[in-house]
Amino acid sequence: MANLRDIRRRIKSVKSTSQITKAMELVSAAKMKKAQDQALAGRDYADKLNKVLVNLKENTTEESHPLLEKREGGKELMLVISTGRGLCGGLNTNLYKAVIKSATDETEYVTVGKKLRQTIAKTGGNIVTDWEVADPVPFNDAKPVSKFLTEKFLSGEYDKISVAFNNFVSTLTQTPEVFQLLPIESEDLGEKQDYEGVDKGEIGETDKAAALGADYDFEPSAEGVLDKLLPLYINFQIYQMLVEARASEHSARMVAMKAATDNAKNMIDDLTLEYNKARQAAITAELLEITTAMKAME
Amino acid sequence: MPFQLDIVTPEKTIFSDSVDDVYLPGSEGEMGILAMHSALVAPLQPGELRYLKDGRVEELAVGEGFVEVTGDKVSVLIDLAIGEDAIDEHQVEEAMKRAKNALDGVVGDDPEEMQALMMSIAKSEAMLKLKRKRR
Repeated sequence: MANLRDIRRRIKSVKSTSQITKAMELVSAAKMKKAQDQALAGRDYADKLNKVLVNLKENTTEESHPLLEKREGGKELMLVISTGRGLCGGLNTNLYKAVIKSATDETEYVTVGKKLRQTIAKTGGNIVTDWEVADPVPFNDAKPVSKFLTEKFLSGEYDKISVAFNNFVSTLTQTPEVFQLLPIESEDLGEKQDYEGVDKGEIGETDKAAALGADYDFEPSAEGVLDKLLPLYINFQIYQMLVEARASEHSARMVAMKAATDNAKNMIDDLTLEYNKARQAAITAELLEITTAMKAME
Repeated sequence: MPFQLDIVTPEKTIFSDSVDDVYLPGSEGEMGILAMHSALVAPLQPGELRYLKDGRVEELAVGEGFVEVTGDKVSVLIDLAIGEDAIDEHQVEEAMKRAKNALDGVVGDDPEEMQALMMSIAKSEAMLKLKRKRR
C-alpha cells in the first residue's frame, strides 16, 4: 500500500508545478494579445505600401531591379525564426521539419531565436550568423536582419533567400511555413500576402483598380522610388514575419501551459482519491487492531 | 483648404486628421504640399515634418520612408515619427555618440555599414534639432 506521506508529498509537488504553469499561461496570454495587436497595427502601413507597389510595378520595367532578378540554381540562404525559449509544445519541432523538407544540403542558415539554432548546429547545418530579437518586436530589430540578407543576395553570395517561420493562423493553430524573400516574386509584389495570418496585407480589387488608376508623379523617377521602396518592403516583411512568429510562440506556449495545468489538476484529483483511500485503509486497520486487542483482553 | 494627413509607422498610426498644409523632408530637398496637389510618390529622408492645423504649426522629427499624395489625401509612411515632447535629449545624444564612435571604427572598409550609421546619425540630428529649436 502506498505510503501516506509519499502521496502527500507528491500532491504538494504537483500543486506547485501547476501554479507555475498557470502563471506562465497567463503571462503568455497577455503577451500574445500584445503581439497580435502589434501585427494589426502594421496593417495601415502594409496597405499603403502595397498600393504604391502595385502602381510602381506598372510604371517600371521590373526586370531592371537587381532585387527582382531571378538566378538559376545556386546557393540558398535560409532565415529560420524560432523561439528563444522552450515550453511551447511542438512549435519548433514542426518548424524544423518544414525547414528540413525545403532545404538542401547546400543550404546555409541564419537564425533568430535560440531553439532551432541549437538544433541546426547539432545536425551539422552551417549557420552564418544569428540575432536575438526583443519582445515585443521593435521595428528597428528587423533592420539589421533585412540589411544583412539583402546584402548577401546582392553580392551574389547566395542566389535565393528564404524565411522559415511559424505563421499565426489562430490561437490554436500555427503552421510552419517557408517563404521566398529574395528574389522578390514580382507577382507577389503588392498582391495578397497570405503568409500574414493576423494581418492580411492585402488590398481589395477596388483598391487595386484605384491604385492602378492613380496617375502618380514619381520623384525623382519611378526607378528611383522603386530603389528606395523595395528595401522598405523587405524590411517590413521581415518585421511582419518576426511579429507573426512571436504571436505564434506566445499562443503555442499558452495552449501548452493550459494543457499542463489541466493535466496537473487531473493528477491532483487522482492522487487525492488515492490518498483518501489509503487514509481510510489505515484507519480501518487501526480500528481493527484496537477491537482485536479489546477482544483479547476480555 | 484642409486635407487629410495620415502619418503611419509599422508600429502604429501616429497622426490621422485634416490639416491645412504639410512640409516634408524629401530626398531632393524640402517640399511643401497643399490641398489639390497632384498625385505623387516620393522618398523621404530623416528630417523635420511640419504641418499646419487650426492655425497652429506642429512639428515632428521623422526617419526614412516615403510619402504618397493622392487627390485629397497625404499618407506619410515612415519608420520613425516623434514629437518634440517625446524626445529624450540625453538619450538621443548618447545614441548619436555611439553611432559616431562606431563610424570611426569602420573607416571606409564597409560602405553599407557606414551608410546605415550615417542614417542613424541623421535621425538623431533631426530629433535634436527639433528639440532644441523650442528653447
